[in-house]
Amino acid sequence: MADVATPVVAGDGDMTIEKPRRAARRYRPSGSAIVMALYLLFLMLPIYWLLNMSLKTNNEILGSFSLWPRDLTLANYAKILTDASWYMGYVNSLIYVVMNTAISLAVALPAAYAFSRYSFMGDKHLFFWLLTNRMAPPAVFALPFFQLYSSIGLFDTHIAVALAHCLFNVPLAVWILEGFMRGVPKEIDETAYIDGYSFPAFFVKIFTPLIASGIGVAAFFCFMFSWVELLLSRTLTSVDAKPIAATMTRTVGAAGVDWGVLAAAGVLTILPGALVIYFVRNYIAKGFALGRV
Amino acid sequence: MNKTVNQKAWFLILPVLILVAFSAVIPLMTVVNYSVQDTFGNNQFFWAGLDWFRDMLHSDRMWNALSRQLMFSGIILAIEIPLGIYVALNMPKSGFWSSFCLVLMSLPLLIPWNVVGTIWQIFGRVDIGLLGYTLDALGIDYNYTQNSFHAWVTVIVMDVWHWTSLVALLAFAGLRSIPDAYYQAAKIDQASRWAVFRYIELPKMAGVLMIAILLRFMDSFMIYTEPFVVTGGGPGNATTFLSIDLVKMALGQFDLGPAAAFSLMYFLVILVISWVFYTVMTTLDKREGN
Repeated sequence: MADVATPVVAGDGDMTIEKPRRAARRYRPSGSAIVMALYLLFLMLPIYWLLNMSLKTNNEILGSFSLWPRDLTLANYAKILTDASWYMGYVNSLIYVVMNTAISLAVALPAAYAFSRYSFMGDKHLFFWLLTNRMAPPAVFALPFFQLYSSIGLFDTHIAVALAHCLFNVPLAVWILEGFMRGVPKEIDETAYIDGYSFPAFFVKIFTPLIASGIGVAAFFCFMFSWVELLLSRTLTSVDAKPIAATMTRTVGAAGVDWGVLAAAGVLTILPGALVIYFVRNYIAKGFALGRV
Repeated sequence: MNKTVNQKAWFLILPVLILVAFSAVIPLMTVVNYSVQDTFGNNQFFWAGLDWFRDMLHSDRMWNALSRQLMFSGIILAIEIPLGIYVALNMPKSGFWSSFCLVLMSLPLLIPWNVVGTIWQIFGRVDIGLLGYTLDALGIDYNYTQNSFHAWVTVIVMDVWHWTSLVALLAFAGLRSIPDAYYQAAKIDQASRWAVFRYIELPKMAGVLMIAILLRFMDSFMIYTEPFVVTGGGPGNATTFLSIDLVKMALGQFDLGPAAAFSLMYFLVILVISWVFYTVMTTLDKREGN
């Protein structure tokens, strides 16, 4: 621990304190830039390698070792995007992720409002109990979920996965939204009620716009955790709602692994996340602090 | 903020309660149900009392998985928290490069977990992966499927790669909330870089760091997909963490009773440790509020 923590003292230099911060930014020695460059390099290398492989033919992947594709090919992508059993995986994933985000936000909004504005019997216990669901290991729930959704005939449907993912997304959404709502002064509510707004009208017309960034962040998190989860979505589906992440295992065939297609499928699963990040980039930092900064 | 006492607020929470009752309480009760019963098949169950719990408490298998799990969570927290803080301190504060770093750093967080596993599985292969190939060329006999030490290192580096950004982003959010006046005061006092970190930045980050520790602890304690894809829990049982062992037991061997007892104790351990973190966190919140 000490090894990693000590450079904090030495690495950054005294520049930030010696000079006014604005000037410091301009003249800052490139120490920080080097640290960030190294860290980003560490993050990007494995992803680059996946991208690199997805643009090669299997012969090239297995036959020679090269840092970039010599024989650039898009055949791996073409295979995925023209084969329904492949691209339906993406459609399925997107359907249940969007459903889950909508359900989570719809139920979390009023609850977060209640937690941020009112105190009532058992509120603190209830809040922690909600959080405990975020702590529940999906492995514990895999089998019971399978039995529950099979018994009510929802096995292999998108809604089953969406509901199952609510287990961890609803508590998280409540937590984030409550943080953002706490930042809105209560006087706004009271003024609106005096002006004659009913609760629903106030909530939709005045309150929701005020916490729009919070809603965006909560949606981002629901999207993220639903998109990356595999254990539950794989257990609850077989054909019709099979997520892309589970479809990927198909590349392991009798003739060995189809590395190129596997890599291309992997790259395509990164894209939706990258798009979503781009749209919420200005709120990410605050959102990761769950609105508590 | 002063909150009004209003018992009707329960109605606003009702939708969440119904949903969570459906998706958490019913399955959890199923688990409890299995944990106290035994079966000879044919869907005939009989009462087993606390036998499964007693069995599991005396099973080496569970204790080994638990100690591996604790070691794993301990190591990754010890690496990711300081590293995340360090990265956050070095991030550009605003402007294009700040957004640039934010977007790139968030990228690993949004990759499906089995794809993360696949990426590292490929990356570490000696024949086609950059990491494995480089290590091999350097003369290191790297093989994460045979050597348990290599498997551990691979899984830990993968987790650091995957999640350090989360800690960094949280710490960054905490740093951004520090008013410039604090730094100016420190400058007047001629505080050293270390003093600024220790007495201004660290206390201001305490709240978000607790969230980071809580989230990283919970998620690392439940880790399943990534190590499963990379090592499959092996070599031997070297990287069989609690969730991997549980899935093996419940879905692989279909030992419902022991698996259910295991599940409940597993959940309880997470709950207790998380409760400690959560209590510390809310206490910090309150102190800051005053």
